Amino acid sequence: MARVVVDVMLKPEILDPQGQAVQRALPRLGFDGIVDVRQGKRFEIELAGPADDAALARAREIAERLLANTVIEQFDVRFDTALDSASAASPASAATAHGTAPSAAVTEQAAS
Amino acid sequence: MSARIGVVTFPGSQDDQDALRAVALVGAEPVALWHRDADLHQVDAVILPGGFSYGDYLRAGAIARFSPVMEAVITGAREGLPVLGICNGFQVLCESHLLPGALIRNGGLLFINRDERLRIESTTTAWTADYAVGQEILIPIKNGEGRFTADEHTLDELAAEGRIVARYLDNPNGSARDIAGIANAAGNVVGLMPHPEHAVEELTGPYPGPATDGLPFFTSILKQLVAA
Repeated sequence: MARVVVDVMLKPEILDPQGQAVQRALPRLGFDGIVDVRQGKRFEIELAGPADDAALARAREIAERLLANTVIEQFDVRFDTALDSASAASPASAATAHGTAPSAAVTEQAAS
Repeated sequence: MSARIGVVTFPGSQDDQDALRAVALVGAEPVALWHRDADLHQVDAVILPGGFSYGDYLRAGAIARFSPVMEAVITGAREGLPVLGICNGFQVLCESHLLPGALIRNGGLLFINRDERLRIESTTTAWTADYAVGQEILIPIKNGEGRFTADEHTLDELAAEGRIVARYLDNPNGSARDIAGIANAAGNVVGLMPHPEHAVEELTGPYPGPATDGLPFFTSILKQLVAA
């Protein structure tokens, strides 16, 4: 399983009144020195199959087609490694194992 | 034989009944279209009504754009089918890339609901022939994401090609170049943030009037279709 994170943000030249409203609220809460706030969206997508370039390409296509409106927004696609590095690592090693002779150790790892 | 004008109902559409009523008022045949319809039931024109299709999830109009009926509308529009997108319908047309630019959150973050004075800038579209260039009209707006935006090049192009259909006299939301509505290059597709279907009868139109300044959008298309 590949877990991909897509961050969608308004382009820098597009005014973000929501971010501005948040920024204006912060000094009232005692947070000084806030220079700018921009608000965006984060999507977490789980794809079947290994965490490889093809998975990233699919996520990029999804972002381009639906998640972001590229007229006003830009997006960034990456694997979610911070969240669960163990689960991100095991599909990759399982995928490698499919190319070689199966062994008891690999079977155990793939099942975990 | 009267013209058949379809009005699409998406889940979350609100002004579909008003649009159907406006179509009937001018003497055209209103045809209710459903978002799951794969074909357009031989209509001669289509209206995408206001509301909050699919709850405005993701972005206003973003999910509606991929509904089965929109595939037929997009194909038809490219072949010359007259399409009017009102409010949420305008957002759907931008998401479909039938019209350039996008509609983003209003400058003051407020949902604005009031009668708005507009100036008609183009009468060469399928939907505005019954107006005069420079004519000032009163039409209600009601939206939270009605601020039109596009890059400078696109805005210049829209202005140069006479594709800005209507401008706000008193810009309510920071819309680029006071734009309230635009057309595609062929003039068959028009997107409009204000609601002409709410200004078609003395009883329910803007008060104190003029109450029926929205009617020419509907008489324009009817005349064009009958003449065709």
